[in-house]
Amino acid sequence: MTDKKIRVLVAKPGLDGHDRGAKVVARALRDAGMEVIYTGLRQTPEMIAEAALQEDVDVVGLSVLSGAHMALAPRIMELLRANGQTHVKVFIGGIIPDEDLVRLKEMGVTGVYGPGASTDDIIRDIKETVAG
Amino acid sequence: MTTTQSILNGDRLALARLLTKIENNAPEGRDALIELFPHTGKAHLIGVTGAPGTGKSSLVNQLALHYRKTENKKIAILAVDPSSPFTGGAVLGDRVRMRDLSGDEKVFIRSMATRGSLGGLAQSTANMTQAFDAAGFDIVIIETVGAGQSEVDVAKLAHTTLVVEAPGLGDDIQAIKAGILEIADILVVNKGDRPGVENTEKALKSMLDLAHPTERIFRHHGSDMRITGQAQKASNSLMWIPPIKRTISTEGVGIAELVESITKHAEHLRISGDWAVRDRTRLQVELEALIQSSLMNHFREEVSEKKFNEVLEKIIQRNISPYEAVKMLMNGRLK
Repeated sequence: MTDKKIRVLVAKPGLDGHDRGAKVVARALRDAGMEVIYTGLRQTPEMIAEAALQEDVDVVGLSVLSGAHMALAPRIMELLRANGQTHVKVFIGGIIPDEDLVRLKEMGVTGVYGPGASTDDIIRDIKETVAG
Repeated sequence: MTTTQSILNGDRLALARLLTKIENNAPEGRDALIELFPHTGKAHLIGVTGAPGTGKSSLVNQLALHYRKTENKKIAILAVDPSSPFTGGAVLGDRVRMRDLSGDEKVFIRSMATRGSLGGLAQSTANMTQAFDAAGFDIVIIETVGAGQSEVDVAKLAHTTLVVEAPGLGDDIQAIKAGILEIADILVVNKGDRPGVENTEKALKSMLDLAHPTERIFRHHGSDMRITGQAQKASNSLMWIPPIKRTISTEGVGIAELVESITKHAEHLRISGDWAVRDRTRLQVELEALIQSSLMNHFREEVSEKKFNEVLEKIIQRNISPYEAVKMLMNGRLK
């Protein structure tokens, strides 16, 4: 009898100190029955990739409100791949301009959520991508 | 290369994936544990327990940092947080206090949720420590959920159990209750810069002074599990009195002294023979738990769900008592 749970790393890369959104999402994912590992503020891409590896997560959720997503996201994707975690899906929440959205998706980011995004959508998308 | 080989060679991704399989109770996890088991029995298992907010995670962070700086040992940390009783989800936040440890190849932190277990650990925690042990980690620190008064399972798993207290959490009547304080090999009074720290220490000290050297007997599955034999006789002459250590874990104060006590305790266990006794206790607990779950599986295979529900319905209607139901379902095979 196996008992599989979706494991999600919720991380705040970079220097902005606004983690309210990340905590709201963490709580919503918890209430959806997922196991959420929360890392705290000001994580480097290396710290995030290392945590994702040790925790063997299915999903990494990044919260970036500093505008540095185009620098941070590619580095994190690269490190995940280098560690052999090619199956890990990456989601980003924050202030992301439309023109960056396409480029992030091209990089392999699974989902991007801006202000006003519903946690129900995030939960549904995570469940669908992890199952598929 | 097989999973087992990769893990023995120190492959961190293979280890992380195995831990997931063990946690999910997957057959591959069990198979790997069978192969890894001969490689276990070397690590020093340190349990850290105490009420929520006493600073367990920060203390674990400092302990691991100290070990890395002074002894170059490989450290694994298994941090347990509670699952929601309603949704089964969890927020695991112990890593937040352990950021100092990132970037160190010889430290491996794994968070886990209790998934419905009550004693302060999860069902698979013991098996996950075995995986770390086999993978060559010298020290495995097990941090329990924020524990109340009776989450004492960690003492059955760890060689050395630290109970973390902080000032202002209760009067001296708390100190004479049975339960968590009894399992301490070392008592830590953390947040030592807070007012009231002397009172907390005094209450703990008077509790220890009252404690007679007692045998360690665990109530297990309703029967006493007594730690006896040669080893117990030997250890009576070398009784370990739990020291009280004051720390300020956010600043690293008192950590060197605490580590010294942990080392002394490990030496005590080896000299007195208690190390082997605790090893035996741990494996006995594991074996009994496995027998219990395999009997349960066997029962589920033998008795159809339909039959089970019919009998349950009779109980609900008050036609039979649960005791009579057991007799019916067991068909007299078991007493």
